[in-house]
Amino acid sequence: MNTIDKIGDQIIEEFSQFEDWMDKYNYLIELGKSLPIIDEKFRTESNLINGCQSKVWLSADYNDGKVIFKADSDAIITKGLVSVLIRALSNQSPDEIIMNELSFLDQTGLKAHLSPTRSNGLLSMIKQMKLYAMAFKIKNS
Amino acid sequence: MNHMISDIEKIRADFPILATNVYGKPLVYLDNAATTQKPQVVIDTLSSYYSTMNANIHRGTHYLSIEATEAYEAARRNIAAFIKASSSSEIIFTRGTTESINLLADTFSRAFIKSGDEILVSEMEHHSNIVPWQLAAEKSGATVKVIPMNDLGELVLDNLDSLLTTKTRIVAVAHVSNALGTIHPIEEIIRKAHEKGIPVFIDGAQAIQHFSVDVQQLDCDFYAFSGHKMYAPMGIGVLYGKEKYLNQLPPYHGGGEMIKTVFFEKTIYNDLPFRFEAGTPNVSGVLGLDAAIQYMLETGMDKIEKIEENLYLYALAKLGEIDGIRFLSRAAHKTSVISFLIGTIHPYDAGTLIDHFGVAIRTGHHCAQPLMDRLKIPGTIRASLAIYNKPSEIDMLCEAIIKVKQMFL
Ligand SMILES: Cc1ncc(COP(=O)(O)O)c(C=O)c1O
Repeated sequence: MNTIDKIGDQIIEEFSQFEDWMDKYNYLIELGKSLPIIDEKFRTESNLINGCQSKVWLSADYNDGKVIFKADSDAIITKGLVSVLIRALSNQSPDEIIMNELSFLDQTGLKAHLSPTRSNGLLSMIKQMKLYAMAFKIKNS
Repeated sequence: MNHMISDIEKIRADFPILATNVYGKPLVYLDNAATTQKPQVVIDTLSSYYSTMNANIHRGTHYLSIEATEAYEAARRNIAAFIKASSSSEIIFTRGTTESINLLADTFSRAFIKSGDEILVSEMEHHSNIVPWQLAAEKSGATVKVIPMNDLGELVLDNLDSLLTTKTRIVAVAHVSNALGTIHPIEEIIRKAHEKGIPVFIDGAQAIQHFSVDVQQLDCDFYAFSGHKMYAPMGIGVLYGKEKYLNQLPPYHGGGEMIKTVFFEKTIYNDLPFRFEAGTPNVSGVLGLDAAIQYMLETGMDKIEKIEENLYLYALAKLGEIDGIRFLSRAAHKTSVISFLIGTIHPYDAGTLIDHFGVAIRTGHHCAQPLMDRLKIPGTIRASLAIYNKPSEIDMLCEAIIKVKQMFL
């Protein structure tokens, strides 16, 4: 099992503790609050992924074969979801990031948040993460 | 208030969707500015049209076609009477406000706007009363100018005289702001524009469902609205225009129905209003709109206004009791649209959670980004009321807000 799927299993387990939706959202809010706010210098137009309703900023670095993502959002719930995605995809190899289907999201009940109709920018964020991984892969091969 | 509540219960019984549950809770529908629910008579009209009358109109000699054509044209007369147009040929059926404005912006600019001219809109417009004018401006080389607003959420007309220049060809403003509910002083705008011979278009998408509109008394030159925001089906709307202007506008879409005779050398266009209704129209939608208007008239426009005003005042008072609520419009003249923020909670967060309590409200920029930029906010939470809403639903909204606040503490 690759590392992203392993982390995904942990995340599934964490979310399975919650019986009702309020607990789940409380946890997301907590995650959102604890995700370090990225440096103002990252909150640039070029890092901005514009959802219709909330904004997401994403930056990526490449270090030692791994892609390091940093991200932020102006909405806390979005930020909580961003932190889940960062936890799974940051510090992984480009190949793993590109190949992974993020199937763990199905089992956490978070998948609905990634639907294009939510317009919160998360779906575009995942696409952007994969594009970064692809770019680093090409540059370093 | 008590007889009011029994009135409302009677009205609610006309709207089958209000008995729906969402997330296992009774639906509280407070997103009426986006679209209203439909009364049973409107739903029945659609079903009965397709069960008993369906035929293409204006072209058949057979029984059903004649019957459908007559119903369609009777609806046009009723709609003309509803907004007090002087003739039913001033009523053009469209898909909705958006299509009405695109039709007008395109044809009006081809007839009247040239390079260097100006189009005047306001800072509080819906994107659909901005972008079609920008497109028209781009094609003709004109520029779009803007009437500003103040911090109360009202348009500022102090400099209107200097904004109306010798180059201004048309003024396009909303009757009521969709994001804030402000009723704009369109009478003054129309009077001042007319003093300089400039025609005025009014976007009535958020007005027509709340109070009586008399286009002749307003003396506006064009007026648009959408059926789906006034208890009628989606996909039907109206563009009203004074005949003297409509007669000078070139056709918009080409096709069947809008022509008299077609030769490859030259086509003779049909008379008003058919010239602007190319192709097979939305007959069931028109009949549905007619039924919705009958429903509103039977309920009584005065009563609709009264019910909504009472509930609006109740909502303002109840929401106002919640610590940290900030209303984004304090305009003196308003409809029952309430735009607000809760402390520093992002509207998207608030909307996501409030939804789970079974309360349908809208969050976001409400297709009015220039307005949000002016207020320096990413969006608002908007509760918008209709005739079937009741005080207990406002209480549920307030409870949801209080719980959401606790989650963010
Ligand atoms: C003021 C205003 N204008 C125009 C529109 C566009 O209406 P439609 O989407 O029905 O064409 C709306 C709808 O939200 C509106 O509120």
